Amino acid sequence: MSKSLVSISDFNKEEILKIMELAAHFESNPGEQLLHGRVFATLFFEPSTRTRLSFESAINRLGGRVIGFSEAGNTSVSKGESLHDTVKMVSNYCDLIVMRHYIEGAARYASEVASVPVVNAGDGSNQHPSQTLLDLYSIKKTQGRLDGIHIVMVGDLKYGRTVHSLLQALSHFGARFTFVSPEELKLPDEYKIFLRDHGMKFTETTDMREAIKDADILYMTRVQRERFSDLMEYERVKSAYVLKADMLRGTRDNLRILHPLPRITEIDTDVDADPKAYYFEQARNGVFTRQAIISYLLGVK
Amino acid sequence: MKRDDKTVLEVSALENGTVIDHIPAGSLFKIINILSLDNITNRITFGTNLESKRIGTKALIKIADMEVDRHYLSRIALFAPEARLSYIKNFEVAEKIKLTVPDTIEGGVRCANPVCVTNHEKVTPKFDVVDKSDITLRCRYCEKITTTDQFEIIK
Ligand SMILES: [Zn+2]
Repeated sequence: MSKSLVSISDFNKEEILKIMELAAHFESNPGEQLLHGRVFATLFFEPSTRTRLSFESAINRLGGRVIGFSEAGNTSVSKGESLHDTVKMVSNYCDLIVMRHYIEGAARYASEVASVPVVNAGDGSNQHPSQTLLDLYSIKKTQGRLDGIHIVMVGDLKYGRTVHSLLQALSHFGARFTFVSPEELKLPDEYKIFLRDHGMKFTETTDMREAIKDADILYMTRVQRERFSDLMEYERVKSAYVLKADMLRGTRDNLRILHPLPRITEIDTDVDADPKAYYFEQARNGVFTRQAIISYLLGVK
Repeated sequence: MKRDDKTVLEVSALENGTVIDHIPAGSLFKIINILSLDNITNRITFGTNLESKRIGTKALIKIADMEVDRHYLSRIALFAPEARLSYIKNFEVAEKIKLTVPDTIEGGVRCANPVCVTNHEKVTPKFDVVDKSDITLRCRYCEKITTTDQFEIIK
């Protein structure tokens, strides 16, 4: 079976470092046509314009061609074809499949069925490993290292898959974590157990202003209204998880602010002009990281 | 002869078949379900709420003229991790197996996550057993946790 990337745990530490190295290479050589004549399928059973364009940009920069669909609406899938049959068929047409699906575990199953590598571009609330790798690349680029960083994660730590995958990945590098979230959206116990088992230090707080004083990375996520069982509670706490420019006074010079995007209100637009705001460059790093992932899985680099 | 074995024999002597002992009383019907005992015509004897030094109250099942297939052992262990299974031949214990909770499970249990692919496509659920004492399964597909109170048996 060919090597796929479904979950961040599919890559060991060496492979993560290899992706970092390759992403840096593609950043300096963005138009290297390593995949000329190859065909890639982007199967987006659930629409995500941002992720799809990032993958398609990465494939195009490498000289590959793209087939696929951006939503399941008008495909054989909407006519009741099983995921199994769709993936079996498409793997005859292409060299690699990029897949996003609202069903959790769909990408793992697709990787078992497909004869070509599968890259998971998000399966429900489960995994989105290329996001995690681009987050790591952004950390590496801005801090010059991955080892021993202090990262403050803010917002929806209960349902936020980017948070869960990133902390799993950072466990290879001995990070220190501070978790800032409303009571209802605290980090689930299974991840705290994971961190303890891996000897990682972490603290939990509701005070973002204090937490970011000695942070290297501030990782912001959306706090969505519909995640709250108590809407009064949402109204009460929402402003406590909004980053404003004045909060950055007295923070470290090397602090950089990351966000998986799209943001709603959790980062005030007055932060955008601050040199510590990094979320738009982070999105740009996604293209290089995806070039790295694809080339690595196909063994061309 | 140990007391437990005597209890088994007292219910009714079994010439050939299988005895499953040390089932937690609350799991008896789960085991009946796993083995589809409601659909067979063999002579079956159940005992439940029997005293057990090891697990409080226990249940036992005796099935005449049937060797319970070994592929069921890991699934039985999920609900009765302390169980003992004996194959009886000519009124004697031909083999006694102490069940153990396996590292992985294929099939038999439904993933508790309603949006898991195993609940939407024809995929056999596969789990890693992440906790063997307070039995906890992690789905290989959706990576979510299923605990004993959520166990739903599938065939
Ligand atoms: Zn599952």
